[in-house]
Amino acid sequence: MASPPDARLIPRFGRTERALHWVHATAFFVLLATGLVLWLPDLATAVAHRRLVREIHLLTALVWAVLVVLVIVLGDRRRLAADWREIERLDRDDRRWLRLRPAPQGRFNAGQKLNAIATAAFALLFAASGVLLWLAARDSSFRWEGPIVVHDTLTYASIILVTGHLYLAVIHPTTRHALRGMTRGDVRADWAAKHHAKWVAAERTAAED
Amino acid sequence: MRYKLFVDDRLIGRGAFLGLLGAGALGLVWGRKIADGAERLIPDFVPQLGSDKGWRIYTIGDRIPQIDPATYRLEVEGMVERPLSLSLADLRALPRADQVSDFHCVTGWSVDDVAWGGVRFKDILAEAGAKPGARWLRFISDEVPYTDTLSLPQALLPDVMLALDMDGKPLSAPHGGPLRVVMPQMYGYKSVKWVNRIEVRRDFVSGYWEMNGYDSDAWIGRSNGLSA
Repeated sequence: MASPPDARLIPRFGRTERALHWVHATAFFVLLATGLVLWLPDLATAVAHRRLVREIHLLTALVWAVLVVLVIVLGDRRRLAADWREIERLDRDDRRWLRLRPAPQGRFNAGQKLNAIATAAFALLFAASGVLLWLAARDSSFRWEGPIVVHDTLTYASIILVTGHLYLAVIHPTTRHALRGMTRGDVRADWAAKHHAKWVAAERTAAED
Repeated sequence: MRYKLFVDDRLIGRGAFLGLLGAGALGLVWGRKIADGAERLIPDFVPQLGSDKGWRIYTIGDRIPQIDPATYRLEVEGMVERPLSLSLADLRALPRADQVSDFHCVTGWSVDDVAWGGVRFKDILAEAGAKPGARWLRFISDEVPYTDTLSLPQALLPDVMLALDMDGKPLSAPHGGPLRVVMPQMYGYKSVKWVNRIEVRRDFVSGYWEMNGYDSDAWIGRSNGLSA
């Protein structure tokens, strides 16, 4: 079912969605870089300025949390809620797709859905374990042994997740066009018809109504 | 129709999301036990991924103190007959002690089987001659204002020492070199790094972390709100 070349651009992500994505992405890499310096002895020795690095790490986390709340409060909440309703449902086609069988995909494919779910859960758990680590340095009654294990495990898992995400968004030839959807907000109609057939069909039906 | 939709979608995504959050919440409480269990299945997997043997380098200041071994002195003063000012050569001339012990940090990480070499407090105190009534040793770090205190009976336990060597090499700066306290039965904040002065005292003085609410008797598994 090859679709004809169609260079027209169709909107994929609105300003709210893109703002949320880039707030999250920027904060993630700042937190990863500063976190690695705090965590790896060789890097800690090479960089020094531990107090400054720790303050950047904490401040970035705070700014991230404030900006996420601001984007949600001031942005297009109806759109975000619609995104989440799509993301949390993995239908029969999605389950076929995950078993590597051909299956038409909606605006998010099943991999994107799982990535978004994991990212959202990881963000909340990073925040919870981070707050506990921060509190524990101030008051020993918040001293549990679990938060550091959770923070570490999330770091490993996030590095794996973000590596796959970056590969598909920036390098892999057939998927990297998706990056345009997250920068400019739109994608080519023929690319969308191939990778997100159900989405394009639904949009077409909606436009015809 | 609605029923069919529900069956079809199964809300797998919501289940995965809540499952991850639940697993994470369990990890916040029992993460250490789960990680220790996993480490027994996959020996040393996590520390190898992370950093050398699982050490983390904590400092309270901006940088790791760099101490010139040539000019370094350990001062031993207070309630002693003979105040000491010991060079590293003087310290190495004292009776040598070696031990292998585990290191536990209060934030939840541990390093097993660390080989320490150094001197015991009984040999230092034999040189200095503690006066009657001396009850506490206060350690002052080159990293100002870090201090901590051990009672004499604690410092004289058989596996407590001042370490000059770690894993067969002179103690490196990140690990507290040239000289640190090793108190394996208590959390790591009691094992003061970069020690350059020991005060022998009659009275107890709170250390850096005790000022932040941490226990002075930081027995592993029995302090800071934890039970073994």
